[in-house]
Amino acid sequence: MTRRLAPTDAVIIGFGWTGMIMAEALTAAGLRVVAIERGPMRDTAQSFPPATAPDELRYAIRGDMLLPTAEETITFRNHLDQHALPVRKWGSFLPGSGVGGSGVHWNGHTWRLRPEDFALRSATIARYGRHFIPPDMTIQDWPVSYAELEPFYDGFEYLCGTSGQAGNLRGAIQPGGNPFEGPRARGYPTPPLTMPYGPTLFAEAAAGMGYHPFPLPTGNLSQPYTNPHGVVLGQCSYCGFCERFGCGNYAKASPQTTLLPVLTRRPALSLRTGCEVLRIVTDSTGKRATGVVYVDDKGEEWEQPAELVLLCAFMLDNVRLLLLSGIGAPYEPRAGTGVVGRNYAYQTVSAVQLFFEDKIFNPFIGAGGLGMVVDDFNGDSFDHGPAGFIGGAWLTQLASNGRPILARPTPPGTPRWGAAWKAATAHYYNRSLGLVASGSSSSHRGAFLDLDPGYTDRHGRPLMRMTFDFHPNDLRMSEYVTDRLAGIGRAMGPSRMAVFKRHAPYDIRPYQTTHVVGGAAMGAHPETSVVNRYLQSWDVSNLFVLGGSAFPQNSSYNPTGTIGALALWAASAITGHYLRAPGPLA
Amino acid sequence: MRGIVALLLLALLGGGARADEVTRGRYLATVGDCIACHTAPGGAPFAGGRPIATPFGTLRSANITPDRASGIGGWSDAAFDRALRAGIAPGGKYLYPACPFPYFTRARGEDIAAIHAYLRSLAPVGNPVQTDALPFPFDIRALMRGWDAAFFRPGVWHDDPAQDAAWNRGGYLVEGLGHCGACHTAKNAFGADETRRALQGGLLQGWWAPGLTPAPRTGLAGWSIDGLVAYLRTGSGGGQLASGPMAEVVERSTSHLSDTDLRAMAVYLLARPARTEVAVRPAPTPLAGEAIYLDRCAACHGRAGEGTAGLFPALRGSAVVQAPRPQTLIRVVLEGGRAAATDAAPTGAAMPGFASLLDNDEIAAVLAYIRNSWGNASAPPRPAQVERMRGSPG
Repeated sequence: MTRRLAPTDAVIIGFGWTGMIMAEALTAAGLRVVAIERGPMRDTAQSFPPATAPDELRYAIRGDMLLPTAEETITFRNHLDQHALPVRKWGSFLPGSGVGGSGVHWNGHTWRLRPEDFALRSATIARYGRHFIPPDMTIQDWPVSYAELEPFYDGFEYLCGTSGQAGNLRGAIQPGGNPFEGPRARGYPTPPLTMPYGPTLFAEAAAGMGYHPFPLPTGNLSQPYTNPHGVVLGQCSYCGFCERFGCGNYAKASPQTTLLPVLTRRPALSLRTGCEVLRIVTDSTGKRATGVVYVDDKGEEWEQPAELVLLCAFMLDNVRLLLLSGIGAPYEPRAGTGVVGRNYAYQTVSAVQLFFEDKIFNPFIGAGGLGMVVDDFNGDSFDHGPAGFIGGAWLTQLASNGRPILARPTPPGTPRWGAAWKAATAHYYNRSLGLVASGSSSSHRGAFLDLDPGYTDRHGRPLMRMTFDFHPNDLRMSEYVTDRLAGIGRAMGPSRMAVFKRHAPYDIRPYQTTHVVGGAAMGAHPETSVVNRYLQSWDVSNLFVLGGSAFPQNSSYNPTGTIGALALWAASAITGHYLRAPGPLA
Repeated sequence: MRGIVALLLLALLGGGARADEVTRGRYLATVGDCIACHTAPGGAPFAGGRPIATPFGTLRSANITPDRASGIGGWSDAAFDRALRAGIAPGGKYLYPACPFPYFTRARGEDIAAIHAYLRSLAPVGNPVQTDALPFPFDIRALMRGWDAAFFRPGVWHDDPAQDAAWNRGGYLVEGLGHCGACHTAKNAFGADETRRALQGGLLQGWWAPGLTPAPRTGLAGWSIDGLVAYLRTGSGGGQLASGPMAEVVERSTSHLSDTDLRAMAVYLLARPARTEVAVRPAPTPLAGEAIYLDRCAACHGRAGEGTAGLFPALRGSAVVQAPRPQTLIRVVLEGGRAAATDAAPTGAAMPGFASLLDNDEIAAVLAYIRNSWGNASAPPRPAQVERMRGSPG
């Protein structure tokens, strides 16, 4: 039996980055807010204090921060004509769970998209012609421009205290920054991290080849920082336990270290952890959300009525809840109709591993975003015409970690076990560098999300089904940028080098990146998007869908900076316009 | 008709004056931090029942809401005044000094009356509390008559004409309603203040409250007035963060006081004579202490014990670190601690406990290092002290 609770002004589904940004903005605007979070409460001191946070077995191998697949998982297949099977252990990407969401265990890379990324389709047509875009590719322009988002990128970076070096200040190119980035109103709130030897060597080689290396912008803070809410973040200790871990030193920007201390002081906010939303409830017209139904940790069902519903879960759950709630037309890939689940995209990651005899790198000096980057083969920086693909990648040597279990590079041909492996891993632990190309992912007809016809979760609801493989365009892109990456690698003077190109079919088991996006794309037209430019549902105007699900395709960049900026942008539209005159904003 | 208007006006004026007194009383009750002791965990504010551990047994605080049966609804202004300033409640019931009447006696009558007016303005809460819970012989409240005769020096604060207004206001608050010495002054065997060592630091409920005189190692010598004001207003100042019982004082009391009053308190404290410190040379520390520090502590507290303003307290030059008695230090290492969180400084960062990660020798070694590095100097704690704190910190 579902019991009905007292109505509230707004209900937030999911309490990670976007949920907390919304909770902050809406409570500041005077609304009473109920936030419903499926996972547990997570607090720096109690959940990942420095004494226990750097536990590779618990967090990196066993995934203690992640959504337990026993509670919910997805099914997967590469192609439409295959039978999808459930994922029983997260591999390729790592969805978080609990307060803070995936923002607890992220690495910290805080990117802005480039101005041209927002007009991918129209700019490609303008420069290369309509036929340059493969017919099955569903890439589209964002319904918002870089210039419109700039103040909100700024807002997110200053919320986080992001460490970096500006490359373009109001149009003036800055030495040491990314010359290809869009103009920013001001520099980063904190200077870049101090680079260890590996990234320095990469940057020297890249500069020698005429490229433009710069420090990766990151939420691992180079110095203490007090954000506009008065919350203090600490200085990164370069311990190398960022991705898959919580930071015990308050030195990584996360919902916990930037917003939670403020939100816990807001009496208008009520947080319910261990509660999973089953569906968004709409009225008889289907045009208006009346609240949500959720099940608490004792298995009791509750209806929480609300005037406004903010869907702020991980992107897979955003799309799934829309489908389970019957909001928006589900995507039909054969017919090419419908929008919910359309334009799922990933990223195309490849790597080069270098082995040296004469250099020592001390890889245990690490941080999630401790790296030097080359962005010369990305966006519109180079002529895609002869290359024959859309998209690009940023290239890096990232000194993210030298953790003892997973960071065991050995040259190709080394036995996988035994005395020879032991000798090689001992020798090369300190003498190896990994270079990475983080490449874009174009949305296409064969990549989408829908409800699985067979497998269900513990509540009997269909699981999300993912259908995805790399588009040939993206593999051509990856081939091209990996060759450039290897070129830099060679210039660094290794004794041996191994190149790991990305091939089809997509394998969902080995880790690649957690940057899964799309499925509830934002757009200018309801026929090709789920939400408008303010992340407001086209179908249900008092429902907003936040997060990576809004990306119409994926750029090469880590999405959190854009997710944060879009959340602040949407929050500004809600508090500035929607609350005064509820209704469609676009 | 004119008479009615005049009466009405009088009532309005009277009501206004009354409202002013309630507002003033609310502020003064905040100075006295009445709510802290008189609210049980999870209980209604001022309805009492909070257990208060003393060396003589555990007390329960009284219900001070205006409930007639279980609170103080039946008390006259005079009775309230007598309780707070003379330590004798209606019916001749002698108060224990857990209620700091030896400090409140310094407060002026009109301030006590304002507090009473504020408490009377609250909604009555029926919550009978058994306040006589001490074991024999301390349950005999008449014993307090002898205690009062020996230790209680009643009398209102007198301004010192040689000092300025800020110093006098500060002294009035610190020595009176603020009752800082209740924790920060050492107690004798009878639980009374050792007045010759006023505000030189004290041990209470397993916490060492550091000295508040401007002594170099064990007091406030390194503090500025601004730093002290920031500390009291936000919980963060002078490189230090309020934690433990002081976090509660900041959150419930000092963070709500006016800047003028906080400044006055800082002026007064920094102008008092400094405790005479015995010269201590840094004690040699085992190498293990430094190794443990670098491994476990330095990431937050810094290689040179400098801390991070607003996040992690500095250990260098800290009066808590160099306290003559290391109880607070040992306790924080064992149990961890959480900084005060206020609107102005909401972070409230916390330190984890190391009870299960470091043994007694290791904790003693790292504390010996912390107490004798970067210019710090104080006696190394003994492993047996750590062991005792593991058993019963209070």
